Amino acid sequence: MNTAMIIDALAAVQGAILANESQIESLDRAIGDGDHFVNVKRGCDVLAKLTPELKDMPPGPALHKIGMKLLGTIGGASGPLISSFFMAMGQTLQGVDEPDRRQFAAAFASGVEAIKQRGKADVGEKTMLDVLIPVSRMLIRLADADTPLGPLCTQLKDEARRNMLATKDMIASKGRAYFLGERALGHIDPGCKSCEVAIAAVCDAVLQQKTQEVT
Amino acid sequence: MKKFINDIDSVMRESLGGLVAAQPGLLRVEFEPTFVARAERNGNKVALISGGGSGHEPLHAGFVGRGMLDAACPGQVFTSPTPDQMLAAAAAVESGRGVLFIVKNYAGDSMNFQIASEMLGLENATVLVNDDVAVENSKHTTGRRGVAGTLMVEKMTGAAAEAGAALLECKAVGDRVNAATASMGVAFTSCTVPAAGRATFDIDADEMEVGVGIHGEPGRRREKVKPAGLIVDDLLGAILADLKPESGREVLLHVNGFGGTPLMELYLLYHCAAERLRAQGLKPVRSLVGNYTTSLEMAGASLTVTLLDEEMKTLWDAPVHTAALRW
Repeated sequence: MNTAMIIDALAAVQGAILANESQIESLDRAIGDGDHFVNVKRGCDVLAKLTPELKDMPPGPALHKIGMKLLGTIGGASGPLISSFFMAMGQTLQGVDEPDRRQFAAAFASGVEAIKQRGKADVGEKTMLDVLIPVSRMLIRLADADTPLGPLCTQLKDEARRNMLATKDMIASKGRAYFLGERALGHIDPGCKSCEVAIAAVCDAVLQQKTQEVT
Repeated sequence: MKKFINDIDSVMRESLGGLVAAQPGLLRVEFEPTFVARAERNGNKVALISGGGSGHEPLHAGFVGRGMLDAACPGQVFTSPTPDQMLAAAAAVESGRGVLFIVKNYAGDSMNFQIASEMLGLENATVLVNDDVAVENSKHTTGRRGVAGTLMVEKMTGAAAEAGAALLECKAVGDRVNAATASMGVAFTSCTVPAAGRATFDIDADEMEVGVGIHGEPGRRREKVKPAGLIVDDLLGAILADLKPESGREVLLHVNGFGGTPLMELYLLYHCAAERLRAQGLKPVRSLVGNYTTSLEMAGASLTVTLLDEEMKTLWDAPVHTAALRW
């Protein structure tokens, strides 16, 4: 992985978030307060403007800079959570110019751990962690097993989707949906939806790049 | 969506500009990062800083001024502000006696203020407001929301700070007022976040949401609309079950409108609620009726009760000079 790939991934995430606007919005209207899509979009927009600055940075500092930028831009609950993810990832990759798959998996795991710490939440609470934690565990497993990139991305996408759908049957104990009690049942968590959209977009971008390399 | 708007992206800037321009000499506003502060820097007192999503006006910027807040950090609509706003506000208003953050208990607000508190490099403390009784509190959850009772915390803590109390004394006042305060609300409609362009939830003409927060989100349950007195019974029932006041206790009764309910109805609610408090052996000796902690144009109201003691009465009665609260 290198910074060029990070920039491609950000662009892919931005496109995918915009393409899923109505679904993310309607989930947040159902069990949130209707600002989640707007906040995530604001984060994507500011990162798109940041790419010229990121271009020549190593991955670690670039990810850290992304985190700092989001911290001052998004606000809400997503702001501190998403930015702590990027900052922790950047921290873990300090001094690594071309992280390999295992290093990337470890960095991703440290990012997810930072979200857990900052949000004081864990799996089963109907938050974005219900997608991020299982995906992170699978990524470590697949990277350790030297799984080829194609099947690795496909399996991660499936894992994200499966766990995102599973939040439908959960009652929230953290986040805005907590105030709804049982009324949150039957609705997918909006934060999980945007995480799933982002993970799928990154996986697709990687797969596409791989196809281009082959042809 | 029908709103007085020029451009979605400039709503906040123009609204804050208007707030400040309408109070000559009282307030100043800074952008990038955004905060509203007292025009005159008041030396030698604990700096009180609050903030939260916009859409709850006059909370919080309308409570900046003598006897209340030193600065407020408005976020986007219903979205908590960011740590850089809090740090810039603190740098602008602190006078060497520490910074007290007053934070409504939501995941976003508490995380952003927590990060600011960690980064500040000045002595600081936080009062977390969680007066909403619609939600059960438990150790393993987000906990109760901060709603209209935030005003009581900001007013009384502000009076203590103005009188020269030290940082931890101010925090103790805030915590004590919060513990003595309970609120609950109902809504007849949702509201429309400008950037979203449509109402957060749909509701039939004969229904109401009981146990709502202040973000136009659904509440704990949906019921058929009923006479005001019966609604007041439900709200006060939950509030008094939480506060468990002894008979004869003096209380402050606050009827807060969410932005879309006429004052006529808010006074009617006050009439019903004060009567019921007296019937329960309580004495409503202080009151506040109006739209203070709103949810854009949501129709509905909340009741807040604060159990008073002599110190709290003195702090409540102390002079205050802000855009939205003045005596």
